[in-house]
Amino acid sequence: MKDWKFMARQLVKNPISLMGAALIVIFIIIAIFAPLIAPTPADHLNPYMMPRDSYYATPAPPSDEHIFGTTQGQYDIFYGVIWGTRSAFRVALVVMGITVIIGIILGSLAGYFGGLLDEVIMRITDIFLAFPWLILAMALTAVMGQGLKSLMIALIVVWWPSYARLIRGDILQLREEDYVEASRGLGASSARVILRHVLPNAIYPTLIMASLDIGAVVLSAAALSFLGLGAPEGYADWGQMTQFARNWIVGPPGEPLKYWYAVFIPGVFILLFVLGWNLLGDAFRDIFDPRLARR
Amino acid sequence: MKDLVRIRDLTVRFYTYEGVVHAIDDLDLDIRQGETLGIVGETGSGKTMTALSILRLIPYPGKIESGSIVFYDRDSGGELELLKLTQDRIRAIRGNKISMVFQEPGSALNPVYTIGDQISEVLLLHRRGQLARGAKQRVDNLLSNGRGFAARVKRPLWRWQSRLYNKTAEQPHALEPRLLNRLPLFRRLLWRLPHEANLLTVDMLKDVEIPDPARVAAHYPHELSGGMKQRAVIAMALACSPDLLIADEPTTSLDVTIQAQMLELFRRIKVDRGASVLFVTHNLGVAAEVCDRVAVMYAGRLCEVATVDEMFLHPLHPYTKALLDAVPMPGRDLQTIPGALADALNPPPGCRFHPRCPSATPLCQQDRPRLKEVAKDHLVACYLF
Amino acid sequence: MNTFVDIRGLKKHFPIVGGVFRRPVGAVRAVDGVSLAIRRGQWLGLVGESGCGKTTLAKTVVRLLKPTSGHIYFDVPDETKALIEELESQGKNNSKLTYLLKENDLAAFTGNMIRQFRRRAQLVHQDPFTSLDPRMRIKSIVAEPLRIHRVLSGHAVETAVEELLSKVGLSSGQLERYPHQFSGGQRQRIAVARALATKPEFIAFDEPTSALDVSVQAQILNLLKDLKREFGLTYLYITHELLIAEAVCDYIAVMYLGKVVEMGRPEEVFHTPRHPYSQSLVAATPVPDPKRRVGRIVLHGEVPSPANPPSGCTFHPRCSRASKECSELGPDLKLISNDHYVACFHPL
Repeated sequence: MKDWKFMARQLVKNPISLMGAALIVIFIIIAIFAPLIAPTPADHLNPYMMPRDSYYATPAPPSDEHIFGTTQGQYDIFYGVIWGTRSAFRVALVVMGITVIIGIILGSLAGYFGGLLDEVIMRITDIFLAFPWLILAMALTAVMGQGLKSLMIALIVVWWPSYARLIRGDILQLREEDYVEASRGLGASSARVILRHVLPNAIYPTLIMASLDIGAVVLSAAALSFLGLGAPEGYADWGQMTQFARNWIVGPPGEPLKYWYAVFIPGVFILLFVLGWNLLGDAFRDIFDPRLARR
Repeated sequence: MKDLVRIRDLTVRFYTYEGVVHAIDDLDLDIRQGETLGIVGETGSGKTMTALSILRLIPYPGKIESGSIVFYDRDSGGELELLKLTQDRIRAIRGNKISMVFQEPGSALNPVYTIGDQISEVLLLHRRGQLARGAKQRVDNLLSNGRGFAARVKRPLWRWQSRLYNKTAEQPHALEPRLLNRLPLFRRLLWRLPHEANLLTVDMLKDVEIPDPARVAAHYPHELSGGMKQRAVIAMALACSPDLLIADEPTTSLDVTIQAQMLELFRRIKVDRGASVLFVTHNLGVAAEVCDRVAVMYAGRLCEVATVDEMFLHPLHPYTKALLDAVPMPGRDLQTIPGALADALNPPPGCRFHPRCPSATPLCQQDRPRLKEVAKDHLVACYLF
Repeated sequence: MNTFVDIRGLKKHFPIVGGVFRRPVGAVRAVDGVSLAIRRGQWLGLVGESGCGKTTLAKTVVRLLKPTSGHIYFDVPDETKALIEELESQGKNNSKLTYLLKENDLAAFTGNMIRQFRRRAQLVHQDPFTSLDPRMRIKSIVAEPLRIHRVLSGHAVETAVEELLSKVGLSSGQLERYPHQFSGGQRQRIAVARALATKPEFIAFDEPTSALDVSVQAQILNLLKDLKREFGLTYLYITHELLIAEAVCDYIAVMYLGKVVEMGRPEEVFHTPRHPYSQSLVAATPVPDPKRRVGRIVLHGEVPSPANPPSGCTFHPRCSRASKECSELGPDLKLISNDHYVACFHPL
């Protein structure tokens, strides 16, 4: 396990990566302890819907009752951003996880076996890469109804091709390595060679790209929600909250920043979340690459 | 005759994650004028690092800790302390007075430039004055022999060029030519310089026995075979007639028959140009073929330095003897050297070879033995002598 | 006596594709008609320079590559081979011939037959730094063949691995380490241990010591000698270093551009070479003897590309003895003296 110790030490040494790791850890804590930090009111059924006091349209500034203020429709912003952390993680990890899995399966098949299978898979990848994801999201929402599910499916559909290509590229290169040939020479089946030799060596660039991409996933999800294609109204989701703030970005003449909290606070959470993952992804890249070269 | 290069007390250390590696430990070595000195050793012996130290090309995380490398400049008659020169001055020496040939010709050549361009680059860098003189002569020729209407029109242009080249010949790095080289349209005034360089390049390629040099100069590196590439690299190294040519395992990656051609070439270089060659190799046979004197290194230290005849007929140091024995010879069993190569991070105390030496004594563990002259021109670092 | 590994007319061509529709426009003729007979217990040395096809030949013999044409008979009785030849010369494409080939000709093996074959023959790669998976512990690396072929299971595997490692001279207690923690020589030993796991009868070595230091080379060679004696192995040993080949091999084959140009016992091939190429190869090999510089025969020109070999005898453009017929016809291997074959119209 000397490997992990070395990696952990590298992570801690670099202040930038430390910051990234710290941010993510903080968000994880917030997500886990959300019910304690922002308790759901007693008679509220779905904890993922933000509670609202009343029905006024205008957002109210931060006060004792609502620490971060309320957004349009008097939804509590503080509750929203805290529970929104859970939604953010859910979207990020589900989309990324499924994307990577599909990418690995198709990329490995295309890369290792080559030939016709490779051609077919690559053409399918090309088709999917050409999908207009915005239109797709709208279409899915129209068909399946509003909700995070259609958003996630839309993102998975347009994201997996890049990973399939990445894995395929790595495998094409690794396929020629001596130890892969040696394994074949021992009589290993293709499955064994791929699973035991090729993939474990190909996984690191994928991990790096995945951690850098999580930020992009969250941003895309927020953008879709901002356009009204994501979470339903009142759902505790950062992007959804920015959608609420759409009409209040610029306040009345003379006080343009009157409703800053409605946009700024969910925006800051998105920013910090994405930043944390980006820094972590950079740190991974630094850790994995020179280590591989050092060997 | 003065020694061309005198290395004294050279110490190079590598600060790696796992610890400090003593790549070279207090090395003393001389390279004489006009001789081919071979440095023989295995992995971790420090032979490549010695070669790189002369040109101060030690890569990170290595550092030249201490020592002196004195280079005798034959043109000026002065001595230069290479380790204390400024960056500008050492760059003026690299490729010019001391040049280097590396093991992999494929990596030494830039794949996006033609061979001719790369060799010309060296000439344009260091021999600007000479090129300018040649260019001026040609322009002056045109001035005096040009006839006809076209010549009359171009005359003022030629006069300007002649003046320009004159200035460049006297002060190769004067302001005017440098400025003109940067201005897009005016750069064309200086176009004769690369042309001159190209002519010289073709000569160089002919010198290293490349067939059809004019055509080869227009080729890209990937269009040439390994042997041809290595010749091109040697041409690049010899372009400015250096006093010292450092070759780091130049034939290791080549086939045996091509290697034989290369070794012929190296022998000829010494004879034709009177340059010294520092030849780093791990192959004793190659060293015997091409070197005048040989130095054997182990774990960052010199074991033995002697003329090639002495070294192979009367080897004194136990490591040298073991190395020669390990070469497979018909009619006898393969001799091995017991043990493993000295650990770079934790080398044995005293003499680095003592754990594997058949004649080790308790003294060998305590202090390191120093190089002593035991016979004429034959130095050994061993307590047996 | 049965020839253990009988290679007949083996060809391996790599197609070069070009054009819009990726049509095959030519071929790299890496192995262009090689016939070798390796006896059981023999140490056959295959020497040649880069591009001569020796690595391709070794990989094709152990079926890491599929031959383009030719036969490889691995431990097949003479009668069967004779029968196959007879059926082939009759020219008909009958099912009996196909059946015989599928059963006996390594070149025609598929699927499970190849898997079975892999237990009996192994290849050790040239570069010990890339032939071991850097992410696996050496325990798993050496145990892999045992697991693949389900020879042993559970605790017995670990015992077997320890035994194998001690056979190649590595002490126990290193099972949990990773390849990068070992030196080049040690890694090559691990590769040899892995090759021995299924108790093969035949091992092909692709220049196993060229990436190692001189002092380590001798250790590995001695190890290979001991193992061969202990297990009764047959070796196909590829090298470009003639000194090594002479020291350890029983029989030598010299390759040039995909063909064998000379075959014989080491003393004969290296001291009285009969083919001009072998002669220049021997003359070009540097030995640590400063006296031996005169009388060098320096070969001119470059090695031609195997994609575009010269007509007739592939060596004729560089040969000092070439005549007109050398550029038209390709010479076959002819017996020239005791167990000594040369493919040349003007042997020395």
